[in-house]
Parts: sequence; structure tokens; C-alpha cells
Amino acid sequence: MTDQFTSDPSKPAQRMRAGSMVIPLVPWGIAAVLLMVLPFIFTANSAITIMNQMAITIIFALAYNMLLGQGGMLSFGHAVYAGVGGFACVHIMNMDDFFAGIPLPLLPIFGGLMGMGLATIVGSFSTRKAGTVFAMISLGVGELIAACSVIIVAFFGGEEGISGDRTYGMPFFGVEFLQQIEVYYLIAAWLLISAALMYLYSRTPLGRMANAVRDNPERAEFLGYSARWVRFFSFVASGFFAGVAGALFAVNYEILTEENLNTTQSGLILLATFLGGVGFFFGPILGAIVFTLVQTVLSLQTELWGFYLGIVFVVTVMFFPGGLAGLIMMHVPAMRLGKLGRLGIPYLKTLGAGAVGCLGAAALIEMTFHLRHASAGDHSMTLYWITFDSHTMLPWIVAIAVTLIGFGIVRATAPALAEAWNDANTPDGAPR
Amino acid sequence: MEPLILKQKSRRASGIGITPDMDLILVNLIDGLVTGLLLFMLSAGLTLIFSMMGVLNFAHASFYMLGAYFAFQISLYIGFWMGLLIAPLVVGVLGAGVERYGLRRVHQYGHVPELIFTFGLALLIEEVVQFIWGKNQMPYATPEILQFTAFSIAGNSIPAYKIFMIFISIAIFIGLLYVLTRTRVGMIIQAALTYPKTVEALGHNVPLIFMGVFGVGTALAGVAGVIAGPVLGTFPGMAFVLGSIVFVTIVIGGLGSLWGALVASLLIGWITTFSKAYNLRMEDLLTWAGFTKPEPIWDSAWRDLWSITSPQIADILPYILMVLILIFRPYGLFGKRDA
Repeated sequence: MTDQFTSDPSKPAQRMRAGSMVIPLVPWGIAAVLLMVLPFIFTANSAITIMNQMAITIIFALAYNMLLGQGGMLSFGHAVYAGVGGFACVHIMNMDDFFAGIPLPLLPIFGGLMGMGLATIVGSFSTRKAGTVFAMISLGVGELIAACSVIIVAFFGGEEGISGDRTYGMPFFGVEFLQQIEVYYLIAAWLLISAALMYLYSRTPLGRMANAVRDNPERAEFLGYSARWVRFFSFVASGFFAGVAGALFAVNYEILTEENLNTTQSGLILLATFLGGVGFFFGPILGAIVFTLVQTVLSLQTELWGFYLGIVFVVTVMFFPGGLAGLIMMHVPAMRLGKLGRLGIPYLKTLGAGAVGCLGAAALIEMTFHLRHASAGDHSMTLYWITFDSHTMLPWIVAIAVTLIGFGIVRATAPALAEAWNDANTPDGAPR
Repeated sequence: MEPLILKQKSRRASGIGITPDMDLILVNLIDGLVTGLLLFMLSAGLTLIFSMMGVLNFAHASFYMLGAYFAFQISLYIGFWMGLLIAPLVVGVLGAGVERYGLRRVHQYGHVPELIFTFGLALLIEEVVQFIWGKNQMPYATPEILQFTAFSIAGNSIPAYKIFMIFISIAIFIGLLYVLTRTRVGMIIQAALTYPKTVEALGHNVPLIFMGVFGVGTALAGVAGVIAGPVLGTFPGMAFVLGSIVFVTIVIGGLGSLWGALVASLLIGWITTFSKAYNLRMEDLLTWAGFTKPEPIWDSAWRDLWSITSPQIADILPYILMVLILIFRPYGLFGKRDA
């Protein structure tokens, strides 16, 4: 599950093995057990809602990464394929006779086929080139279809969207999916199936060729592969799983609107995938989990969560292009050497201080925002469970002091951390 | 999606669609020209930056928005004209800074991360604008000296500000053309577009040229923002409204082609203006083509097709045009085959 997509040319033996079509049992088994157990740990209805959203985002992010991470194609309009799959499923829910004949758990297949169909049409002309041209076309097509949603009312339902009822389907072994928890297990099962399929896809010769075309299309062509067709098949497969994600969205929320199609949605999935890390298979999973948590939890706490997210995203692109997964995998060499423990204390010092500094900076931002935009006369604000007057000097002095001290300690301890890092990544006895 | 067209249009709505006479065509030609030239100011910078660095600046329209906001803030203190002068300079310096400290760093990772970086920047700029100025539209207005009717055509008055916009854009276009084709700096830039390595070997500072072009391109977007802000509205969504149309423009024109950007901008300006001004109905078109209208229409699966009118689809016409261009001429109207 942790195989890096970029194969290491110095280890040909490993490269051969990387193509084997076997699912490693341990991580996938843990994932399956975790999915089974989670609702018993977090029993609240709101928690199950968040977990459903998370699972849908994971499938979508993995599908998106089939393009971005594995194929090197940056799409700015991928929400369209998920959205159209979802719309199709709501229409099937509203076809009484037909829907009564199929069990709900099979519905995502139809959503997937719909997304795949659309991807086949669009992909036929958009996958000629990768890179910038592909990104532009995906944006244009995405905008076109999103704009169509207010014109083609019969399919997209105009401004208010379309809604259905999932319980009219054929009962699945007696389950009618009336309750949220039943839907959770449906989504969890589909998550496991589609994640496994996507993982296996990345192991097929086609999936490996997608990596080759991403890294060096010219060379892939010389080897006799058509870069365009490889990209096309990646695109179609990604469209299928995006459609599955959209179908699960339809099953979960029973309503789809223009918001599921537009560029904002496409941008969010890019954010989630990239923050998680595009270089590893588990990156998008991580990204979708963290992103959904941030989106639901942080947006309750502050109006400015988009601002923080923007900063984190830009910093990630500039300094950690591997994303979260890349950061985690950076520690593998140290772990192999058995020296990971030596990083603990320096990390605690530097990152702890850094976190305090960030909290201080966030406090400054929040106070500035309050000063500028709160209604006149409203001087009291609450931050980190403390209520104070934003127009007096004291909180400002405290916040500035905390920020400066936090970042000051980071500066002072950074060399020690770098030293510890080098130490942990050097085998014992090796010349320094 | 917000209409791309200038607001003054709605006043004439009553006279439209009845007699398509010469006067109306002239009025719409002027309106389309204003929209098209505005688009061109954005797409010119974008296409220059693209042909130079091979990266599409997703945040280009955000610099346009920054231009409008800066000019509004400046106009509160020292008036519109100083805003027109200072705001683009500030935007240009900001743009150059972004190239120097952001893009140049991300460049080592490749084109796709560069594109993602500018995308993140666009998000961040929108959030920053909301942080500073809030979510509401700013009361940024045209200067009083230009608030009169320049002339009128058959009862349709053309405000002086529109004429002013046309002149500013044409002046900038001519200036750009002169600098690029007649001056030494322009020659070096053109050479650096095609053979950056050779130009560097001849002793020119190519990274500096890149930074300069990026700065000038964003400053151009800033100018567009300053003069469009009062008529199209200065609000946090203004970058998003125009952004994707600008991309469509340079794809249609051919990535990296300045002339293509001009032609495509004018084409899009006129197409959207005319399809909004003349209420062409799909119903008439289908009847003319020999189809019979299904009755009752509200129960037919084709009802949306029959009820389409041209003002309704005016905003998506550029996208349709783009898809058609991509299918039949993938490198755009004026683009090179390998672009």
C-alpha cells in the first residue's frame, strides 16, 4: 500500500515485483476492520455524517489521483464526472419501476458507468496532450457542463437541483437503508471495493504505463505505446470511480445541485488530494480524511478557515510538494536504521514551539479581522475559550509576544533539529 | 454566472430584438469592442507569460481583481486618476515578487506543480481580499469628469467612460506592440521566448527578463481591473467571473499567440454581446430546419432544447466555441502546431 509510484531505477528486481497483482493483506485488513469498528467508537449521528462524507471524498480523491499522481494530468473540472454520476443516480431513484427492481448497493455501478461515459466523450479530445493544455480543456469543459446545469433543466433540475428517495429501491437482504448507519456500511463497502480496484489498477501494465507516460511521454512512445491512449484509458477509469463517488453522494444526501458540478468543487478535490500527497497511493486517503475534518471542524470555529487553508496549501506546494504522505515517508530511512526515536525530542521542541507561534499568529489575524469587520460597538470577542476586549492593548501584546517567542524558539532550535535529522539518517559508524 | 457584459446595456433592453437595424448593430459593435478589449488586456499578459515560461498563471484574474481593489482604495484618498497610475504599478511589483519568490521556487518541481501553485495563489488572493475588504461590493464609481454621454446613436446613449475604456485599451495595445517589435528590450524578450539558453549565453539576465515580463503582464491585468472595476463591479468574485473566460480566450486564440489573443478576445466580446442583444430562439431555428414542435411542450424530453434562447446561452458560448476549436483545430486559431 505504500509503494512509491516513482520506481527506483537502481533496483530493477523491486521494479519487477511492483507489478504483481496481489493486495498486501495487513494494511487492507486493518483498513477493513477499522471501517467495521469505527461506528461503534464514534456513535454520534454527526460523527457518522462526517465519516460518510469522508469516505465519499476518499473515493473521489483516489479517482482524482489516478489522473494527477499516476498520470500527471491536472484536471480543474473533475467534479463534473462525479456530479453527472450522482445526477444519473438520482434520476434512477426517481424511476419507480426500474429502481424497485435493483437493490440500492448496485446503484453506484450506474453512477460509475455514467461518469465513465462522459469521460469517454470528453477524453476523446482532451487527452491528446497532458500538462497545461489538458488542464485548460478540463477547466473549459467543466465550466461548460456546470453552466449547462441551469439550462438543461430536465436533467440537472436548474437552480434547486434534483432530489430522490433511496428507500424505494429493492430491499437488500431486508435492509431498506432508512437509517444513517446502514448507509454508512454501504458506503464503507464501496470504499473498500473501489480503493482495492484502484490499487490493483495501478499495478496493471496499463497503470504502470500511465506512470511512464507521466514521466517521459516521448520515451514511452518510442517503446511502442501511444501516450494518448494510455492517458485516455486513465481518464476513463478515473471517470468511472469519480462517478461511483458521485453516486454514493446521491445515496447519502439524496439531493444534487449545481454545487456538485462547479469549479469550486473541482478545486476542493485538488486541494484535498495535493495536501495528502500525490506521490503515494495512501496520500489522497490521508488528504481526504484531514481535509474533511478541517472543513467540518475548523469551519465551525472560524470564519477565516478558507484563508488558513489557502496559506497551508500554498506553503505545501512551495515547500512540501510531496504533501502529508511525502512528509511521513521521509522518515522511512530513519526508521529502517532504527534511529527514529532520536528525532522525538528535537521534534517536540521545534514543532511544539512552531505550533504555539502559529496559534499566536492566528490570534493576531482573528483580532485584526474582528477589529475591521465586527459591527460597531461590538468590542468583545472570544478566542481559544477566552473572552476579551479586542480594542484594548493587552490581548495584542500577549498575542504578539506569543507569536514572536514561538517563532523565536523555532529559529533557535532549528539547527539542532537539522543535526538530529542528519544523525538519524546516517548509519552508525558511517563517516560523517 | 455573472454576465460579462457592461451594466449599461439593460437600459436599452426594450428596443432590442424587434428591428435589427444598422444603429443597433453599431451600438452592439461598440459594446462588444469594450468587452473584447477588456478581455484582451487580461489575455495579452497571460499569453505573454505563457509563451515565456510555459506556465499558465491561474492567478492572473486575481491580479485584475487586486488592481480594482487597490484603485478603489487609492481613489478614496487621492482620486481616480492617481489610482489608474499607481494601482497597476503596485500590482506589477506584487506580480514580480510572486514570480521571484514563489514561481521560481516551484519551477524546479515541473509545470504541473507550477499550475497548482498559481491555483492556490488565486484562492489565497480571494481570501485575502475578503479578509481586508469584506464580502460586499465596493462603491467604486467612474470619475465624475467622465459621467456624461459621449454621443448617442438612434436614442441609445454611449457613455463617455466606454469610449475612454476603448482608448485606454487600444493605447496599451499599440504601446505593447511597439515595445515588443521595435525596441531592443522587446527584441531580447522575443528572443528569450524562443531560445532562452542562447540569450542567456549572450550575456542577458534571462531570469530578470522573466520576472519583468511577469510583472508587466500582471500590471496589465491590474490596469484592466482599474478601468473595469467601476462598471463590472468590485467584489471578491470578480476574478472568478472573468478568470475562466480569459483562459478560454487564449486557448481559442492559440496558446502563446498575441494576435490570437486579440482576435479571440474580440470574437468572444462580440459573440456574447450580440447573442444577448438579439433574442434568437431555438424554437424558430428548429422550426425553420423543418422540425415540428412536440405538444404539449412541457411534457416533452426535448423541452429544454426548444426553450433555449440566445441570451440564455450567451455566457456559455465561449466554452462551446472552445470545445469546437479544440476538436477541429487543437492548436487554436493562431497557435503553432506544437504549442
